[in-house]
Amino acid sequence: MGGSTDSGSQNRLGRRLLTERVSGYWLQGAGYFAIVLFALIVLALLYQSLPLLSEYSLVQMLTSSNWDPAQNQFGFLPAIVGTVYVTALTMIMGTPIAILAAIYIAEYAEGRTKTLVSSFIDVLAAIPSVIFGLVALIVVVPFVGDYLAPAVGSSATGLGIFTVSLVMAIVVTPFMISLSVESLEALPDELRESSLGVGATKWETIRIVLLRAAGPGIFSAVLLGFGRVFGATIVPAMLIGGQTHLPSSPFATGQTLPTLIVNDFGELMSLPLTQSALIFVGLMLIVVVWLFNFSAMILRQRLQQRWQF
Amino acid sequence: MTTNTALTTKDLSVTYVGDREVEALKGVSIDFSANQLSAIIGPSGCGKSTLLKSLNRLHEIQPNVEISGDVHLGDQSVYNTDEPVPKLRKRIGYVPQTPTALPLSIYENVAYGVKLHGEYDSKNELDALVESYLQKVNLWDEVEDRLETPGAELSTGQIQRLCLARSLAVEPDVLLCDEVTSALDPISAESVEETLVDLKEEYTIIMVTHSMEQAQRIADDVVFLYLGEVIEENDVQTFFQNPEKERTKKFIDGDTIVEYDESDDDSPSEAVPAER
Amino acid sequence: MDRYTEQRLFGLLARGAAALVVAVMVLVISVTIYRGGRVFLMDPTIVITPPGSRYMLEGDGGFLHAVLGSIFIVGPATIISAVLAVSTAIYLQSDYSSERFSDTVNMFLNVLWGTPPIVYGVFVLTVIIAIGARTSMFFGIVAIAIFQYPIMTRYTDEALRSAPDSVKEATYGLGATRFETALMTARAALPGVIAGIVMGFARGIGDAATVLFTAGRSTNMPAGPFDGATTLPVLIFDQAMSFNAEVRSHAYAASFILIIAVLGLILVSKLLAGRYARYAPGGRHS
Repeated sequence: MGGSTDSGSQNRLGRRLLTERVSGYWLQGAGYFAIVLFALIVLALLYQSLPLLSEYSLVQMLTSSNWDPAQNQFGFLPAIVGTVYVTALTMIMGTPIAILAAIYIAEYAEGRTKTLVSSFIDVLAAIPSVIFGLVALIVVVPFVGDYLAPAVGSSATGLGIFTVSLVMAIVVTPFMISLSVESLEALPDELRESSLGVGATKWETIRIVLLRAAGPGIFSAVLLGFGRVFGATIVPAMLIGGQTHLPSSPFATGQTLPTLIVNDFGELMSLPLTQSALIFVGLMLIVVVWLFNFSAMILRQRLQQRWQF
Repeated sequence: MTTNTALTTKDLSVTYVGDREVEALKGVSIDFSANQLSAIIGPSGCGKSTLLKSLNRLHEIQPNVEISGDVHLGDQSVYNTDEPVPKLRKRIGYVPQTPTALPLSIYENVAYGVKLHGEYDSKNELDALVESYLQKVNLWDEVEDRLETPGAELSTGQIQRLCLARSLAVEPDVLLCDEVTSALDPISAESVEETLVDLKEEYTIIMVTHSMEQAQRIADDVVFLYLGEVIEENDVQTFFQNPEKERTKKFIDGDTIVEYDESDDDSPSEAVPAER
Repeated sequence: MDRYTEQRLFGLLARGAAALVVAVMVLVISVTIYRGGRVFLMDPTIVITPPGSRYMLEGDGGFLHAVLGSIFIVGPATIISAVLAVSTAIYLQSDYSSERFSDTVNMFLNVLWGTPPIVYGVFVLTVIIAIGARTSMFFGIVAIAIFQYPIMTRYTDEALRSAPDSVKEATYGLGATRFETALMTARAALPGVIAGIVMGFARGIGDAATVLFTAGRSTNMPAGPFDGATTLPVLIFDQAMSFNAEVRSHAYAASFILIIAVLGLILVSKLLAGRYARYAPGGRHS
């Protein structure tokens, strides 16, 4: 080997090692990005919420139902109640259907039907929610306003808590279904064989064995669905009616935390305290999501421990 | 044969009709004797597991399986019957190859089938049942004080004995065991083998094994399955010392490589139906 | 009720639930395509016509501004987010990170994934307020990029993990550096990586809440990166509640364009993903 090629390869090696080092720094930066981003978001929102928090007591704001930013009244209770109302109704309507449909896809459907239904539902999980909102305006709102609400003795325009919940249930079910199907399909066939082998029916096998074994996964799926409903913005903003008061019935109009931001932003941004109040809503959202994720993680571990197989 | 017959297959054929058609069993007719331990042996992919599962219709959980012929449990037909399949499976139990604890406590694992069939009157009776079956598989002493812990926390060998107890608790007539020792360490395997030998006093046991030594050690009858056909069915003595068929002899002599060469590449495999 | 009746009943219930979900979804898609398609086919030029001066009031002109806004905001955002996401995913592989570190980062990615898009919008808005800027296309890009980042990272991480180890071993065996090996792994997992990026793109193009307060709800043609802009979902959101029938009909046409774009992108992603279509435990996808 000649001296020149030697130094040439030496050079090339040097360049390669330099690339390795530089790329190492870049990748490390990217690796920490998620953590930095989360910290930045929390700090920025907290900082901008301070004007409000230093002015009023937190407990009082969370329990007061008087929301009138123009008069410096910041009661978050109506929006909190609205959010809880919508989330609860949505989950009550959506979860059983999602789990049953997931059971159908994972345990009953076969061959081409299975591929077709499951990929269809996968695709639908990504349809923009604004489209659901728009279709709901033509289909669901008149239905609720003209038939459903009068049928239960309630008068309404069709915009309100119930409409939002119904549409949100439609938005999140595909999402919950595809995650639940995944956990059911990941189960080994031996579980099915063991259970059927002692004379269990297919449904008993599903109910007692499979739903437990896939329980932690299904649990996560439901919680993720919950998170989506909780933070949903566009559909509620289009369908809830946007009135900040404590909802008196499921068909009443209302406000959720995210819609509070959307509906009150434009005109009231000029008032510093209102601005701070709305940013504080963002802070509440991320803190709740964080708490939720954290407790979900712990609960999931418990379930995995309890229902291991 | 001296004993009477517990389970009979008549011209049993199983075909997987997925992307390509595979005939896993080609007209198998066997008599399995009562209160005997029958071993099904043969090279891997010869249809051993398919045969075992088709005895209590467990292969039906896989899509695209076609079956012809019949299986008889005593006088009762397994395929041409109005009786619900779960009732049949209660009488013909199945223990899978991989030790599998259900996601329940040790106690509930054993009580699982009993509770489904509602065959007990009081909690005390159930407790007694669970204890007796755990005794029967020699597991009671090891788990007596932790019946409420998840079954999956036991060791693999213990789990396999738990599976046996779970299957026995519903009082089957026949017990199907699919290579139940293959996933175990030698010591656990030995203790499961001993349990099986004890159990054949009361039950008819049909087990699939890939180990000829194991068949020789514990079986009474041996069925040699090759490419979906029964080559030879004999008692263990005759089978190993004085086989009737040339192919059996070759197989016993460890000539499995030749056996594979003879087979074409499309030989049916137990893994043919797509895993779920 | 005996065991077998129960079994039949629940079999039917499961079937019914699946049928219901599929039926509702077919309804949503066909209403969108039917109503939007009708408006669109009657006058396809609204897609390439700039909005008139009273567009949001009377629907004169078209919504080219939102089409361009979507492209100019989501396009660059996807590129930025993809670069970051792929880098993060590479760093999370075992060559660079300990298991503990990647678990920690994954926990944060989970939280970010679950964070409502509107929080990203509000976050970027606080930045806008802090530096005294105005809502603009640039901040829209930032917000969408942040929104896409956890989605793309998840998918990419998943794809890289499912790349065969032999690629890694072979590359190291040839004396490659860590970075060169990482690039080779990324190449081996390319279909999965691209599928993830396309999925992020599809999610980004459909989101309104992030753009609402960051790029604004401009009704003019986008003039530059530091000028106000809007995207299709925001446009639909605003138009849907208009009192003018002409404006509302434009919302359907815009939905038609949007749903075709999203479905097309997801189809591409699914086709590319092929065998990478499985996700890690605890991982999630749209």
